[in-house]
Parts: sequence; C-alpha cells; structure tokens
Amino acid sequence: MFISLQRILKYGWQDFWRNRSVSASSIFVMVMMLSLITSLLLSQQAFKFLVLRLQEQVDISVYFREDSFEEDILEIKKELALIPEVKEVEYISKEKALENFIQLHQNDSRIMDSLTEVGGNPLLASLNIIAFEAAQYAQISGFLEKSSFAESIDKIDYHQRKPVIDRVFSISSEINTGGILFSFILALVAVSLIFNQVGLSIEHAKKEIEVMRLVGASDWFIRGPFLVQGVLIGFFATVLTLLIFLPLCFFLSAKIEILLPGLDIFGYFVNNFFTIFFIHLAFGIGLGMVSSWIAVRKYLA
Amino acid sequence: MISFYNITKIYPPHTVAVKDVSFQVQEKEFVSIAGRSGAGKTTLLKLLLAQEQSTRGQIFFDGQDISQIKKKDLPWLRKRLGTVFQDYKLLASKTVYENMVYVMEIISQTKRHILKDVPQVLEIVGLTERANNFPAQLSGGELQRAAIGRALIHRPDIILADEPTGNLDPYHTRDVIQLLLKINQMGTTVILATHNKEIINRLGKRVITLEEGKVIRDEDPGRFIL
Repeated sequence: MFISLQRILKYGWQDFWRNRSVSASSIFVMVMMLSLITSLLLSQQAFKFLVLRLQEQVDISVYFREDSFEEDILEIKKELALIPEVKEVEYISKEKALENFIQLHQNDSRIMDSLTEVGGNPLLASLNIIAFEAAQYAQISGFLEKSSFAESIDKIDYHQRKPVIDRVFSISSEINTGGILFSFILALVAVSLIFNQVGLSIEHAKKEIEVMRLVGASDWFIRGPFLVQGVLIGFFATVLTLLIFLPLCFFLSAKIEILLPGLDIFGYFVNNFFTIFFIHLAFGIGLGMVSSWIAVRKYLA
Repeated sequence: MISFYNITKIYPPHTVAVKDVSFQVQEKEFVSIAGRSGAGKTTLLKLLLAQEQSTRGQIFFDGQDISQIKKKDLPWLRKRLGTVFQDYKLLASKTVYENMVYVMEIISQTKRHILKDVPQVLEIVGLTERANNFPAQLSGGELQRAAIGRALIHRPDIILADEPTGNLDPYHTRDVIQLLLKINQMGTTVILATHNKEIINRLGKRVITLEEGKVIRDEDPGRFIL
C-alpha cells in the first residue's frame, strides 16, 4: 500500500514535470480562476464597507418637549442603549442643535435672518438613534410611543423618514444579493474553464491510459498520478496567485482608499492572509483533483 | 489452460471477425495462429486479453470465464499475460527502462527485484544502450524489441505476440523467434499470431490456421498452408 502510494506520487510528479507546457497552461488557467476568487473576496469587502457606510447614514430622531430636563433625556438615552435592537444613541442638546443648524445654514442669509427674527433658540433637544437593521426602526419607534416617557416626546421623525430608510436598506440588500449572484456566475465560468483545461490535458494522455490498462494497471494506479498532478497544479496556482495579489493590493490600496476612505484592502489581505491562502488551496487542490477525477473516469469507463 | 468454445465476434453492423472458433491451449505450449491479414488473428488475441468482448461463446483461462470478466478483475487477468502488440503500445512519456519498470511496479515488485531484472531483460532484448531513450527516439526494430522486453519482464504465464517480427529485418526476426522459443522452454506458454510463412514453417510447432474468421486447420506440428 505504502509502496504503491509512493509510486503514484513519483509518477504524478514525473508526468507533471515532463509535460511542463501542459502543466503550465493548466496552472495559468487555475491562476485566472483563483484571481477571480481573490477579486471576489476583496470586492465583497468593499461591498460590505459600502453597505455599512450607507446604513450608518440612516437614523431616527426623537425630539423632546421644550420643558424636558436634560437629566431626564440622558436617563432615556441610557434606557434606549439597553434595547438590543439599538446600535447607537446620541444626545443632541438644544445648544448643540442650534450650533449644527447655524453651521449648516450660515451661508443662507434668508434662513439666518428668519432665525434672528424668531429670536432665542427655537430648536429642540433630541436623541439620534441608529439600529442594526431597517426593520428595527419600526420596533424602536413603537417602543418610544408606548414608553413611560412618551409624554416628554414632542415628535419622532420615523414616519417622515421611513421611505428613505426603507430605500437605503433595500439598496444595501440589492448590492449584497447582486454581489453574491455575480460571484456565483463568475465562479461557475471559472470552474468550467478549469474543468475544460484539465480535461484537455488528460485527453493528451488518453492513449497512455489505454496502454496502462492493457498492461494490467489498476484504476487507482492509473488515476492516482493524475490526481497528484491536480494537487500540484492547485498548489502552484495558489502560490502564484498570492504572489501576484500581495504587491497588487499594496499598490492599489492607497488609490482605493481615496475612493472609499477607511477601506484598507492591503490591511485586510495581510490580516487574513492565512485564511485566504487556505481558501485558495482548498479551491485549487479540490478543483484540480475533482476535474482530474472526472476527466480520467471518462477513459477508465 | 486456455479454452475457446464456439467464439464468435461480430463488429457492428455485420462484420464477422471470428466465427465459431474452438480450441484449447495447454500449459507451456507454443502455438502459432496463422492466417492472412484480416483473418481474425488479432481479434482472437484481443478477446483473450479481454480488450474486446465476444458476441457469442466462452473463453476460459485457468477455469475462469473471461468472456464475461468484470472490469475490476481485468488487472488480475492482464498481469498474468505479457502482450507484444502489433503497434507496440509503449508508454510514450516513459523511457524504455521506465516502460519495463512500470509493469514491474504494477505487480508490486520490490525495488531490489526491479533493479536486478530490468537490466537483465534489457540485455536479452539488446536495448541496454537505449534504456534511457523514449519510444519516439527508437527505430521500428528497437520498438519491437522494447515491446517484447516489456511483455516478458514480469514473467507472465502466457506471452501473446501479435506480429512481433512485423518491423524487423531477417537478422532480428530470427533473434526474436529464438527469444520466444527460449521463453517457452523456460515454461511460459507462447501464443504467436503471424502471417509470416517462413517463421511458422521453421518453428515446427502447433499451428492453428484461420481463414475469414474460421479455424480451417489445427495441426501439431503444423505448417503454413493457405
């Protein structure tokens, strides 16, 4: 058993090395496929980042009556922070609201004149609430309306902003679904390419397989070396792909960060290097072996 | 050892290659199968090697019906046979030495045996100098001798030789036939398919003559009469 395995490994390596041009073209196709997987992994990161940024733009505001005390509002903030659906709560005092308003409209003389005419600070203190998911805003709004401090609330702007919130989350969800679908189609194309390439390289050995059978080789003794070649192709393609992507990510990272500030592709690549390496190795070796198995099976039937 | 019972082989749609052939081959026998090209000699060897399945009839090898052999039992049968194919069927990606080693490794021979036997057989077939050449680098005669060497390297029970002298000059033809006789004298059954009249007549061994797929003569000793 051990001797047979040793001989299968020897023939696998021998055939891989002797048919260097065929092996090289299989590795090339596999590198293309693994590059696609790497690109998908990285673009998935970019998508996630984009969706997160989009979702961070959505919140609801709870405005409190003029006569509400700051201590009471801060108490309500504490209570809200304990709700599992609430991701973040921010208190905006009357003064801060005015400051924000002035900063936003300082160049609009008509609004600034109106503010002076009204006199004092007409704005209300508020709490900005960010939930984890779009559906949770309705629950949070319902909770506020029925809570013990409902009387202190002047208005909740959830109903006015509901269409915007729903739209943003629907876009996020579409981006996610689209990404998955796109990845799936590309992966399918890549898999069929590699199957075709390995199939072609084994077709090259069709006559040899026939001779091996005629001199009494068992199916395993014939199939084994092709599986070993599949493993070698997967391994070398993985190493090559990572050697290509490591410097590529390094050089592109800065440019991507200009487009999407805060997204560090190179950092992601380095921090997840071993995960990416093993995903590639599993894909490369797995696909190499499965496609070899299927292609040889045709000639062993 | 080998029994053919009413073997018929029809290639679709209606080409009859072998028709109602029956004969037996005893252990250590040397049998020549004679006939013109297309008489069915190669088909008979293919049936014995289970490379083809008969349309009708049965073939027994050591009591086992190989006309109905299962795929998983093919290696068992083929390891007991050593075949010299008309078109050599050497592994193109392996050297002459490696072609012989491959067969030894299939039957799980130890490295010690391989290192001892392969050079000996290379010497016997006169290919020591060409051991590290690939089949594409050999002449017709050398290919033929490499195929013979591979067929006998694992000391099979039976040697099937399909036109083993087809590409050889008279000098090498005589050598190959002497080699087959020597293998037979050492106890290996030899079945030789040829249309070479001179070889058959000089052998003075049993001859089964085929014509249009039928056995028309089975004599021991026999001559090439057509």
